[in-house]
Amino acid sequence: MIEFLKQPWAWYVAGPLIGLTVPILLIIGNKSFGISSSLRHICASCMPANIPFFKYDWKKEVWNLFFVLGIFLGGAIAINLLSNPAPMEVNPELAGELTRYGITDYRSLIPQDIINWQSLFTIKGFLLMVVGGFLVGFGTRYAGGCTSGHAIMGLSNLQLPSLIATGCFMIGGFIMANLILPLILSL
Amino acid sequence: MLQNTDANTDLAVRSLDAICVNESRLEHKWYHNLKYLVVGIFFGIVFVKAEVISWYRIQEMFRLQSFHMYGIIGSAVITGMISVWLIKKFNVKTIYGELIRISPKAFNKGQIYGGLMFGLGWAMTGACPGPLFAQIGTGATVVGVTLLSAIAGTWVYGRIREKLPH
Repeated sequence: MIEFLKQPWAWYVAGPLIGLTVPILLIIGNKSFGISSSLRHICASCMPANIPFFKYDWKKEVWNLFFVLGIFLGGAIAINLLSNPAPMEVNPELAGELTRYGITDYRSLIPQDIINWQSLFTIKGFLLMVVGGFLVGFGTRYAGGCTSGHAIMGLSNLQLPSLIATGCFMIGGFIMANLILPLILSL
Repeated sequence: MLQNTDANTDLAVRSLDAICVNESRLEHKWYHNLKYLVVGIFFGIVFVKAEVISWYRIQEMFRLQSFHMYGIIGSAVITGMISVWLIKKFNVKTIYGELIRISPKAFNKGQIYGGLMFGLGWAMTGACPGPLFAQIGTGATVVGVTLLSAIAGTWVYGRIREKLPH
């Protein structure tokens, strides 16, 4: 059983499990699934700085912080108890492209050749981690949600704004991955 | 100074640019939140095992080189849609007997501008906010910097929100 769980899980197993989070959170406490809001609650609890956007009773949304703490712990449990020792299998076309940028290490889920503490102090690493992270935090709040809130929860509830937001997430991602990222990775 | 004691005012502020607002009126002891921790753990494990938090899988998705992420997001949405439909059809209540409510969301231009910005960041970091937490859990401590930067991005957004087109 454990050996079975250690293999990478297929999309048709993982997708429905992720989708089930929607009714589970609704049924155990009327919570709408969303993750990027946790970043806002962290701002509201740690540094509201008298900004109206952060002046609300964040304790009413504290469940969301427990949820993301759980995601963190889940990551730790999966990697320590259920991890698959084989390197990641990626599309040969992608692997070929990444080799040109010096990305050859597939032992981890993230490319350790470019995402590591030393590279953080290079322009490439700074752009990928710090600027990229900033865009994720700024963009999700500006859009009112992320992949979970808009693409999964919003679409589950047939919300047109969520469909528009999800379309824009994809457009932004396609532009970055195909047009801009090759330039950044060449740095 | 305006006091935020009125529950409606507070909900209005919390609802700004948030599609997911908790509308439960029930008050519980803190340990009731542990059930969300458990759901989060389950969720984090799925994230890692299905390689949703992998930078490579995100790159494949945006290069149309793999069906994996499309299959995951698509089947998650279909599962969610059927669940929400069933919940509405049968007026399913929470385990506390409260009627389940999901707040609708109005369109604003932020969903376009912010959506595009998030898309750019998603392809750079290879992670949306959920996977950031899971990636740190897998021991990639440097992703903590990405998370702090995302928190800073959210803070700056809140700071300049009134000046942005919505």
